[in-house]
Amino acid sequence: MADPNTPAASTPAIRLRDIVKSFGPVQANRGAELEVARGEIHALVGENGAGKSTLMRVLAGMYAPNAGTMEVNGRDVTGWPTADAIAAGVGMVHQHFMLVPTLTVAENVMLGSELTRGPVLDRASAEQAVRDLSQRTGLVVPPHALVSELSVGQAQRVEILKTLYRGAKILVLDEPTAVLSPPEVQELWTVLRALRDQGGTIVLITHKLDEVIDVSETITVMRAGRTVSRMPTAGATPQAIARAMVGRDVALALDAEYTGVPAAQQIGAVPAMLEVRDLAVSSASGHQVVRNVEFSIAPGEILGIAGVEGNGQTELIEAIAGLRAATGTITLGGLDLMPLDVRRRGDAGLSHIPEDRHDRALVLDYSVAENLILGQQHRFTRGAALDAGRMLQHARSLIAHYDIRPPDPSLPARSLSGGNQQKIVVAREMARDFKVLLAAQPTRGVDVGAIEFIHARLREARDQGKAVLLVSADLAEVLALSDRVAVMYGGRIVALLPRSDASPETLGPYMTGAERAA
Amino acid sequence: MSATDPTMARVGGDTPAPAATSADSDRALRRAKIEEAVLPPLVALLLAAVVGDVLILSFGQSPGAVYRLLLEGTWGNAYGFGQVLYKATTLVFTGLAVGLGLRAGLFNIGAESQLAAGGFCAALVGLLLPAGIPALLCLPIYILAAALGGGAVGAVPGVLKARFGAHEVIVTIMLNFIVLALLNYLTSTRLHVPDTLHTPEIGSGALPRISDVAPSFQGSAANATILLAVLAAFAFGWFLFRTRRGFELRAVGLQPHAAEYAGVHVGGVTWRALAISGAIAGIGGLNYVLGYKHYYEEGFATGAGFLGIAVALVGRSHPIGICLAALLFATLSQGGLAVNALVPKQMVDVLQAVVILAVATSVPEVRQMLRGARRSAER
Repeated sequence: MADPNTPAASTPAIRLRDIVKSFGPVQANRGAELEVARGEIHALVGENGAGKSTLMRVLAGMYAPNAGTMEVNGRDVTGWPTADAIAAGVGMVHQHFMLVPTLTVAENVMLGSELTRGPVLDRASAEQAVRDLSQRTGLVVPPHALVSELSVGQAQRVEILKTLYRGAKILVLDEPTAVLSPPEVQELWTVLRALRDQGGTIVLITHKLDEVIDVSETITVMRAGRTVSRMPTAGATPQAIARAMVGRDVALALDAEYTGVPAAQQIGAVPAMLEVRDLAVSSASGHQVVRNVEFSIAPGEILGIAGVEGNGQTELIEAIAGLRAATGTITLGGLDLMPLDVRRRGDAGLSHIPEDRHDRALVLDYSVAENLILGQQHRFTRGAALDAGRMLQHARSLIAHYDIRPPDPSLPARSLSGGNQQKIVVAREMARDFKVLLAAQPTRGVDVGAIEFIHARLREARDQGKAVLLVSADLAEVLALSDRVAVMYGGRIVALLPRSDASPETLGPYMTGAERAA
Repeated sequence: MSATDPTMARVGGDTPAPAATSADSDRALRRAKIEEAVLPPLVALLLAAVVGDVLILSFGQSPGAVYRLLLEGTWGNAYGFGQVLYKATTLVFTGLAVGLGLRAGLFNIGAESQLAAGGFCAALVGLLLPAGIPALLCLPIYILAAALGGGAVGAVPGVLKARFGAHEVIVTIMLNFIVLALLNYLTSTRLHVPDTLHTPEIGSGALPRISDVAPSFQGSAANATILLAVLAAFAFGWFLFRTRRGFELRAVGLQPHAAEYAGVHVGGVTWRALAISGAIAGIGGLNYVLGYKHYYEEGFATGAGFLGIAVALVGRSHPIGICLAALLFATLSQGGLAVNALVPKQMVDVLQAVVILAVATSVPEVRQMLRGARRSAER
């Protein structure tokens, strides 16, 4: 009898049909379809909240579908438990790593399927197994290193190794490039292609269209919980994919052209709106994560900070916002911000779109209306009480103006899609009376349509004479928006270039620390 | 309860989404919300009843008879009902105290000693007041004294947490021992009436009992403090859900980083929340000192502080829930005395424990279970 796990070559590796999955009143999947051939790299694309991750979690056995059928290698596996999915070789690499930072790479890899000699862990064999896997796949990580010491890119490799170690033949990666620098992305593609060539099947969840074109063979597009399109990558254009994702034509950030600074706003022509001098920030463990950072931003200027994440950008923004202790000087229109707390800095004209939407920028269990006053709650009071009427009015106007969906101020922010959550943050921060805007990763995890919208708002702020400090891990975004570009590496600003001198080629060496100009 | 009214939110007609969809999702959302709030305690009660049945049967008694006796001894006559109200009054205060902490993300295990400190300070002030002052004039002074007493005990773990990051659970537990021992020492060595373990009676300001207006309540300790408890529950709800400070406090409890971003001083909210929590528990001491015995006595409300934790958990830190849960636990503890003839009164302690365990563990699971049941019913 034939082994049921080795079906005919024509049988698709994955076939999901009419998958319905709802969480309470929210339907994440409403008839989603996915068919992935064996040995291909398949891109699953769609806006945030389109139901991609949910569909893949259904596949991995983390959720049971409410309706629909699932087949893996021709076998009906509808509603299987996680353990069966792992046993059948389906592995998922999550957006948020699930690693134990205090354990070594080898220990993390074998966690859950430990190698033992009697009662004792067999570390040597585990390390050897990691080395073998590394060699076979090109995923090189030192096996005895602690995970806490690894870079984000390396940690991701450990995640993939872990999945492969458990025998995954079908690998699902959820937005794997969100945390990687451009060279790391290229390395990841090399690894994925190698895995495919060794007979692996790969599903790549993403919403970055250049990646889709770069690496995939087939594309499935999801929108609002449904599969709307399936096409071969050869011949597909970014515009066509974007149209399928959003359901209408959009201006792509990729083609967005930098439009140049109006002459009156050239540096030095007017006094700086935001000025940072000799700024230093120390981490909790005492080492300096931001070192003598100096820059100034003129009214009507966007200064973009490029750089691989974790080089002090987060700490820099938080220090300016007043969320982190720092030394040095920060002035806003001549006003010394250092002695002011977060609220007073806001009142002085500082707006802040934080990079972590779920942790900092929103209280997820608060309603849209409540989130739209977060940070300005002291301006919406009547006596000791919050003025519910004015809050509602404020919410209605911002919801309409920023097209936040669904347009219901009483819904908890948690129930909105990522793009709409980010619109709440952008709306709130742009609606207040501000002079300086700190925009940290303003379009992270946001769909194409919302990216276009948010970029337009940032340009609008610039054109209204605001000073904008933009931090983004997405180099294309920095280049599309900034009037000047700085690069952070190791807590310092290692380059500060006018937009005309900045390109991926000129910035790359600074981002990797190979060069210093400042 | 949220600061925005969902029914008002749908009035705007200029929204692009069809109104029906929005109303549907609204209704579904509200249903899910109510389910989440109400179902776990109900299921917990059901579970407790089942366990109770088994226990009662194991004692060779009929569950029906025991439960009937329990109800007759509590809600079935004025005295029993009065005792339930009296016990519930203290529990509302300790429940609100713990609930306020929980809303700020803090676990106050110290209501026990905060309650005692509040009662002690009130009794102390009462010793200084001359006789003959109208109760209404004394009341604010007593409330202030009790709030300061309990609040001081609550502020200690708050400041230690805000300043040094000391965990409030450890500090409040330790303080329970220290404060109770200190109060007992002061009472038994300095303030007690000879041959007793209580202080002399207060000069003036005793609150009327319910039996003063409704003679059938004769003998029960229920008194006007119950009005204070209701007021406290209203103030609690207003503060948490309507005021800016309440908005900030809940934000700290839900997402401290977001609160920090919103310009809230998390450390300040932490110590103030624990101080206010202690003050609420402290005011609970008036139920005994002003309403019942008119003096401070060692162990006057032993267990009411800890039971406040259960009340807050079962009541989901919501004022209405806390009042209902306080009534429930007061009924069980009073009912324990009533059923003593048939089964050991410790059986009721077991029931209380089952309710607490079931609520503490069942919150998300119960919802999942019921959702599955509803879905199969709809098919």
